Amino acid sequence: MSSSVLYDAPGPRAKRRHAVYSVVGGAAILALLGYLFWRLWDAEQITPEKWEFLQDPDIVNDLLEGLRVTLSLAAAAIVLAVAFGAVFAAGRLSDHWFIRLPCIAVVEVFRAIPVLLMILFLNFTYSAQLGDYWSIVLALMVYNGSVLAEVFRAGILAVPKGQSEAGLAIGLRKAQVTRLILAPQAISTMLPAIISQCVVALKDTALGYAIGSSDITDRAKLIFTSPFYNNPIAVALMLMAVFVTINYTLSLIARLLEARTRRRGERVVQVDSGRAAVG
Amino acid sequence: MSTLQEMWPFLRTGFGMTIVLLVLSMILSTLLGTVLAGMRVSPVWPFRMFGTGYVNIFRNTPLVVLFILIVEGFPAIDVRPSFDSAGLDVFESLAVIALSIYTAAFVCEVVRAGVNTVDAGQAEAARSVGMTFGQTLRIVVLPQAFRNVIPPMASVYIALAKNTSVAAAFGIVEATAELSRMNERTIASTMKLFVVIAIGYIIIVWVIALVAAILEKGVSRAR
Repeated sequence: MSSSVLYDAPGPRAKRRHAVYSVVGGAAILALLGYLFWRLWDAEQITPEKWEFLQDPDIVNDLLEGLRVTLSLAAAAIVLAVAFGAVFAAGRLSDHWFIRLPCIAVVEVFRAIPVLLMILFLNFTYSAQLGDYWSIVLALMVYNGSVLAEVFRAGILAVPKGQSEAGLAIGLRKAQVTRLILAPQAISTMLPAIISQCVVALKDTALGYAIGSSDITDRAKLIFTSPFYNNPIAVALMLMAVFVTINYTLSLIARLLEARTRRRGERVVQVDSGRAAVG
Repeated sequence: MSTLQEMWPFLRTGFGMTIVLLVLSMILSTLLGTVLAGMRVSPVWPFRMFGTGYVNIFRNTPLVVLFILIVEGFPAIDVRPSFDSAGLDVFESLAVIALSIYTAAFVCEVVRAGVNTVDAGQAEAARSVGMTFGQTLRIVVLPQAFRNVIPPMASVYIALAKNTSVAAAFGIVEATAELSRMNERTIASTMKLFVVIAIGYIIIVWVIALVAAILEKGVSRAR
């Protein structure tokens, strides 16, 4: 039984009714999926010609190389984003307004603008210095870093107040309290949020498609736009399988870590990917 | 100021399209997401499975890939919807569908979490005074869930507003695409163009956040 407030535990009559609904509903869902399959079949999307790119070793190797670029983009972006987030979270927690206010401004602005706008801007302005790869990494760094800055701030603030008071009482300075006492305790509560952000970064690497960054999505474009294959649906379904497998695994890890943190009775910091400082 | 005057026609068409994409996708994704949430909390397991599968697939797919599937793929199988009354051509309509399918997965999770934040005792009390399922939902559960749903729902809509920019990678002229268009015509320095468009997005984000804040206040006062 799902955890829901809406339904009581079913009695014998409700159980019988639910069994009927299950059969009818299951049939309806199968019919829907069957219809979608039939539409694709009818439009000749499930033919050997549309899918044989998966048997061409050159194409498969090219896609694997693209996957390597995608993973490398995401890894570089997330490592830099963690550093960026840590710096700006510290800045936002500063006692000095001339440090705090600029940090708030940076975090709020970069959370409010589309990553693609940032990528295009960097690509137009600094393409000679940065190249496609770093345009994407930097754009992902500032966006994910700004989201993580808020996660880190919330994580630090969620540590019980007695901890920092005790630290101050034994004569540590504020920076020492943060570094030695608050941050180590906050990290375990923030880990699930950081991994969830990896999923976001990995998905956003696909935006490289717009500037030709030779990640897996960009390379896949060459397949489905070629008149020989002309198979956007087959290629998109292949890409979905790749991304869902990786991201679902990451989400599963995040959920396991979250459950472990909850079991220890600690709070878990949630990611809020878009809210501005209104209200 | 004269550069701003030159930019204005571009900004008007660009942000006009961004807002149309945003509003239509907001409506469609909210409807679809709420139905999915209903399926995910249903006692009937095939519905539950479908809802869970939907969320896991579409939440983990890059929006760009979904655009390839729908905006590039659907015309190939002769699915060519067109929201004529909103003045959208086939590709723009398909973009709305892609954005809605993607965002519905997030709406579903928000609504489900919102319903689950209502204390089970509330619904039990409603049932024990003889309310039907519909009454329990309408009078007791939904008003309380609504209040909890406003802030995370605002986040979903803000993410959606930013996600409309993906349409730029598929030849649809909205605000982000205007950066390229104006840059080609060298109307102003790229930095200036970027700042102006960024401010446009920030305004949209702030409006959504502001409306959410006002709604939240209104709801808590009504109690």
